[in-house]
Amino acid sequence: MNIIACVKQVPDTEAQIKVKADGSGIEEGQIKWVMNPYDEFGVEEALKLKEKNGGDVTIVCVGPARAMETIRTALAMGADKGVHICDPAFDNADAFVTANALAAAIKTLPHDIIFCGQRAIDDDSGQVGAMLAEALGLPQLTLVTKLEFAGASVKVIRPIEGAQLSIETALPAVVTCQKGLNEPRYASLPGIMKAKKKPVDVKDAAAIGVATDAKARVAKTVPPPARPPGKIICGDDPAQKAAELGKLLREEAKAI
Amino acid sequence: MAKGVMIVAEQRDGALRKISFELASTARKLADQSGDEVSAILLGAGIEGLAAELGKYGVDKVFVGDNAALEPYVTEAHAAVAAKIIKDNDPAIVLFGASVQGKDLSARVAAKLAGGLATDCTDVKLDGGNLVAIRPMYAGKCFGEVVFNSAPAMASLRPNVFPAAENAKAGAVTKVDVAVDAPKSKVLEVQKDTSGKVDLTEANVIVSGGRGMKGPEGYAILEELAEVLKGTVGASRAAVDAGWRPQKDQVGQTGKVVSPNLYIACGISGAIQHLAGMSSSKCIVAINKDPEAPIFTKADYGVVDDLFKVVPELTAVCKKLVA
Repeated sequence: MNIIACVKQVPDTEAQIKVKADGSGIEEGQIKWVMNPYDEFGVEEALKLKEKNGGDVTIVCVGPARAMETIRTALAMGADKGVHICDPAFDNADAFVTANALAAAIKTLPHDIIFCGQRAIDDDSGQVGAMLAEALGLPQLTLVTKLEFAGASVKVIRPIEGAQLSIETALPAVVTCQKGLNEPRYASLPGIMKAKKKPVDVKDAAAIGVATDAKARVAKTVPPPARPPGKIICGDDPAQKAAELGKLLREEAKAI
Repeated sequence: MAKGVMIVAEQRDGALRKISFELASTARKLADQSGDEVSAILLGAGIEGLAAELGKYGVDKVFVGDNAALEPYVTEAHAAVAAKIIKDNDPAIVLFGASVQGKDLSARVAAKLAGGLATDCTDVKLDGGNLVAIRPMYAGKCFGEVVFNSAPAMASLRPNVFPAAENAKAGAVTKVDVAVDAPKSKVLEVQKDTSGKVDLTEANVIVSGGRGMKGPEGYAILEELAEVLKGTVGASRAAVDAGWRPQKDQVGQTGKVVSPNLYIACGISGAIQHLAGMSSSKCIVAINKDPEAPIFTKADYGVVDDLFKVVPELTAVCKKLVA
């Protein structure tokens, strides 16, 4: 079975994000970079499928040189090889450009199933999986929390607002992973050693051969709107404080 | 020349979702600035009657794709039909809901049209007639102002953020011929949540609990408060990871991003990844016994005390207020 898992390198969830003074982006200096948490679910699911059904797992990543660390992390978890699409031309890629770049690389690889995170926690765009599926002409299963493999098809569970859908799709297909799908493993020490020797094919924009002009561009990055300072309700008696809070919520905030 | 604002309405089981009215009202506001028309795409089976409801919220014209193959929602079928309607009518702006379905559909449609899409926007405006979409990034740790280099400019709007206001227009129905290739995906089963609770992303009131709840039993008092306020109970990552609450209840950067009218955080210290998921709430209340907890920096109202004492009292107070 030929399994692909797409990964992105993003700032850690605990990272403080500081906007550059000129609004051109964020300060990257102090940031600790990690694999996008939703992509970890994809890598884990890929490895589980491989362990059960045989085959191999290829990691595909669009990102700058530092993203190689994230590819190595996936290889250390147990993936077999990697493709790193790395070119400054992709620095301002939007979801459409990224999806087309991933698709161009994946078209040259045998693929039965492709995993992506449901979104990356940096731009929070949540588009790449669906756009990749369209570029490859495949069905998409987004926000999946359970997956059952049945030879030529998969059955998944997909939560929507107020319900859960059970969906069956013929393979190949693109699956985007939501928390709850699995518990991603940690890379073992021998895994980390082995990962250093696993092949990673680095491709530039020319080798990938897709247009790199973003269709939607972040013209300006701004800090979140400041919230006015709040009121702390003082006193010794919890009942009195609750009464005061209730009154403020009703009369001042008009929230209840 | 691309012209007008088009929305992709969302319905389930023959009823329009609230986000559809939020989309219609927002589209109306944008279109009024340029004197343009608002149109809507409405897909499903046996849904023609819903067009008039969209009219009430400012939609001039509704393109209805009525076909058994469009019910229930399947990405491939809906995306093919929606993309064709957009192509044939050439709107300047297309708005989707950033619901689970809208996110799934919008990205597929945008890829079909090779157009730019800004997802989960919290504001949209026109600059020289062109759409500028404002959206949280890094789960709200900063915001991006998105501009488009392609037509139509497409954006999905975060549920519960944009007001829905009635503004009667014709809502005239144009039936669209629907040709659907057999999709490769099939919905086998829809398992409805029977709790009667509104999903966190659509809730007006959220009562959320964290590590300070001390265990799954602690949530009973939050359920009671939520019941009185007709709200939904949420949880921090710590509480979900501890197995106290199900995954679907998690608020934060790796859970749901919410924007209710009222968010009551109980026993939540306010890790940055939690704050990211709830700081677009309109009114934030924090109840925590640690006065240094970061949650107080985001709160409109803070109570420093034992939540197990304050919450039941608050429930009693609210019961009287809403009676």
